Amino acid sequence: MNIQQNTVSENNFEQCIKCTVCTVYCPVAAVNPHFPGPKQAGPDGERLRLKRPDFFDSALKYCLNCKRCEVACPSNVRIGDIIQSARIKYGPKKNTSLRNFVLANTDLVGSLATPFAPVVNTAVSLKPVRFMMDKVMSIDHRRVFPKYAHGTFTSWYKKQAEAEQAAFPKQVAFFHGCYVNYNYPQLGKDLIRIMNSLGYGVRLLDKEKCCGVPLISNGLYQQALKQAKVNLGSIRRAVNEQNMDIITTSSTCTFTLRDEYPHVLSLKNDDVRDRIELATRYLYRLIQSGEVTLKFKEDARPLRVAYHTPCHMEKMGWSYYSIELLRMIPGVEVFVLDSQCCGIAGTYGFKKENYPTSQAIGEPLFRQIETSGADLVVTDCETCKWQIEMSTTKKCEHPLSILASRLA
Amino acid sequence: MENTYDVIIIGGGATGAGVARDCSLRGIKALLLERSDISTGATGRNHGLLHSGARYAVTDGESAEECIRENMILRKIAAHCVEETDGLFISLPEDGLEYQSVFVEACRRAGIRAEVLDPEEAKRLEPAANPALIGAVRVPDGAVDPFRLTSSNILDAKAHGAEIRTYTEVKELIREQDRIVGVKAYDHRAHREETFYAQVVVNAGGIWGHGIAAKVGITINMLPAKGALLIFGHRVNQMVLNRCRKPADADILVPGDTISLIGTTSSKVPYDQIDNMVITPEEVDILLREGEKLSPQLAYTRILRAYAGVRPLVASDDDPSGRTVSRGIVLLDHAQRDGLEGFITITGGKLMTYRLMAEWATDLVCRKLGIHQSCRTAELPLPGSVESREEVEKKNRRKPVAQRRSAISRHGDLAARIADRNSIQNSLVCECEEVSIGEVEYALENLSVNNLVDLRRRTRVGMGTCQGELCACRAAGLMGKKDPVCAKKAKADLVSFLNERWKGMAPIAWGDTLRESEYTTWVYESVCGLSDETEKTTVQ
Repeated sequence: MNIQQNTVSENNFEQCIKCTVCTVYCPVAAVNPHFPGPKQAGPDGERLRLKRPDFFDSALKYCLNCKRCEVACPSNVRIGDIIQSARIKYGPKKNTSLRNFVLANTDLVGSLATPFAPVVNTAVSLKPVRFMMDKVMSIDHRRVFPKYAHGTFTSWYKKQAEAEQAAFPKQVAFFHGCYVNYNYPQLGKDLIRIMNSLGYGVRLLDKEKCCGVPLISNGLYQQALKQAKVNLGSIRRAVNEQNMDIITTSSTCTFTLRDEYPHVLSLKNDDVRDRIELATRYLYRLIQSGEVTLKFKEDARPLRVAYHTPCHMEKMGWSYYSIELLRMIPGVEVFVLDSQCCGIAGTYGFKKENYPTSQAIGEPLFRQIETSGADLVVTDCETCKWQIEMSTTKKCEHPLSILASRLA
Repeated sequence: MENTYDVIIIGGGATGAGVARDCSLRGIKALLLERSDISTGATGRNHGLLHSGARYAVTDGESAEECIRENMILRKIAAHCVEETDGLFISLPEDGLEYQSVFVEACRRAGIRAEVLDPEEAKRLEPAANPALIGAVRVPDGAVDPFRLTSSNILDAKAHGAEIRTYTEVKELIREQDRIVGVKAYDHRAHREETFYAQVVVNAGGIWGHGIAAKVGITINMLPAKGALLIFGHRVNQMVLNRCRKPADADILVPGDTISLIGTTSSKVPYDQIDNMVITPEEVDILLREGEKLSPQLAYTRILRAYAGVRPLVASDDDPSGRTVSRGIVLLDHAQRDGLEGFITITGGKLMTYRLMAEWATDLVCRKLGIHQSCRTAELPLPGSVESREEVEKKNRRKPVAQRRSAISRHGDLAARIADRNSIQNSLVCECEEVSIGEVEYALENLSVNNLVDLRRRTRVGMGTCQGELCACRAAGLMGKKDPVCAKKAKADLVSFLNERWKGMAPIAWGDTLRESEYTTWVYESVCGLSDETEKTTVQ
């Protein structure tokens, strides 16, 4: 008898056996009754949309693309990808409110804001301005805005760092992302300091655009695709022509470059995917291989940190590297928080309609942080950092910043 | 007398339901008796293809003409049961193109729109079609849901005074000299025999009509021809796909609601086996092998189930395959044919021509009763197809999108009667097919549901990928609430529902379908402890 050897379907949606564990792990379904949950929105909904596209439910916009459903799925169904792809394929084609445009275009807004950072930062922290943004743009007035840096990371790099990097025996390329460039150049500087101390020069890609994740989640797919192509082009040149690995400091940028490009934007990247890596993992592996050793300061002040696992770290399975790297630092005691979504999900939590959902999702995490007795929280994701700093009394830092501060 | 009617109709398939509706619209007091649930025979076990008639154009012009006429009528009167997908007759290299010109000519002769397409255009219109195709003809094929169609006819018949008795099996035709005056029937639910009288008895039993007629010594030489089909997990194609060649095995792929169906095979079965349809590995083989030629992706698309029906073909020659036998409508007035008054048989035909069959049968009933009323079933829309789509959308705004669209496609304008006032009513019973608690309650109250399998036929509960895994226990709970039955009976119903689902999966139990059914087994046997009941039913 001619038994089908294997059955395949787009994003494996037909491998779903309806066990519903994805919905159990969905942070949104737990707090927002308007979201049908990943099983319904993903494989179940896909089957209906294949019947007729008008089965598309606009409630799919409540998915915050954390991919925790995919981590939970025992059948390897790419549930989050199904939902994102459905939004692209069946969702409204012209979806760009002024608000979504501003939130999505981190590159453009960042380059406009950084030259006037002191003014912009003061303005968005003023009550009347936030009230206006709430009313006019539906950006929730309770949301605390990340500060812009006065001057970008790239302009600093060109002026202060670039010249000396070529002298190092080994080279890596750094995909800095929007956060390092416009909000917190210090993290980029910390990375350079660490890498340089190990004998690695840090180069930038010849052309870097925002990875595209805010564009994807705000429905600006064509622009996301365009930027992704630019990035992949630069990455390929760095890998193929200069034989450099690409390291990053943002977990979501990393995840987007590696997985969202092929899965959501249908851009093949398997030739370079394995060369793109989070800096903490890159460092951990270098140290484990015995190639390099970190030299720490002698006087180690005790520091108790609570590590928060961002959703895309959970998806990549990489929080282990950040945690273990932190544990190598003398005097640092690491306490790992339960892996759960903080609720912000990039631009999601800025939107007025999502604010209550966002805070309700994060609530158990905030509570655990407050009772953890930690001196500060550490995480690899910048938007988790904003959410944690806004919603708890603790400061939140990147693991590399802690590491850099303890280097000899 | 309360057990006396003008007409008794035997058989609750599309034809019987159609006769009941036609009779009651003409003011005839009708009783319909069905031994099981409505649409359990051939009506519910076919492709659900809204034939344009093109398939028969070359071999049987008369059937083709009937098909296209009824096709156009059903689009109007049963809009909510029909999907206007159109169909392609594709020619593959192995078929050649000679048949195409004969085919197109025959279609046009029968009045069927047949448009020859450029192969590239055809592939663009239907990306699932075999890209090797060298020719394609577009015809007005479509999909029709036989359960909805039958249920709608039943609803209208009831609304016009007909009485419908399901699970009531005719055991005996009461003969007085050379006249049939009524029937003795067994009510399987109340466990008692009942007698009904009428001036005319209509045998609309499909293939079982053979046995009904045999009760009074009348022979209708029927040729039971089994046709097996496979259901794929999702819609592969959006247009009906046919092979442009002489009709053969597994050469129609129909998109029906959320799934696609490939069929059929055709094999003669002995009459005593018509209640015992088993799908053989050879049949699955043929369906897959030939199906892949229509749409190569069937080779790797998950299969949900396999099933078979028995065509009620009336033998006119000795052809053993049953494929060249006339598919035309056969109306037998046993007074003329066998000298037995008050008894007629309506058989042959197809799901497509159920309405015309009902019209012919009802015309004859009228002649016998001396009633002069003309047939209106070609003009009057069925319940569910009365209001416009926009109107219906408006009335169902409170339902979440997918639920709303699903409910409307199942019930047409009657979807507005499905309660959606609160989040409980809008909660899902069946997640694959978006059946809400409100919809199940509506079906339980209005659509004569006696058990979970009946509920499936009215709502698609359990017809999705999980085949009852999540919905069976929820639906059972709702049934228990509506009509408190003893726990033993409820458990038995649940077991029989799940076993009926498994029956369809068994012939194709591999890959994800097997994995999912193992999971279902674990949920129901190990978690819910249904295993004792399962053993008992297996022993039975």
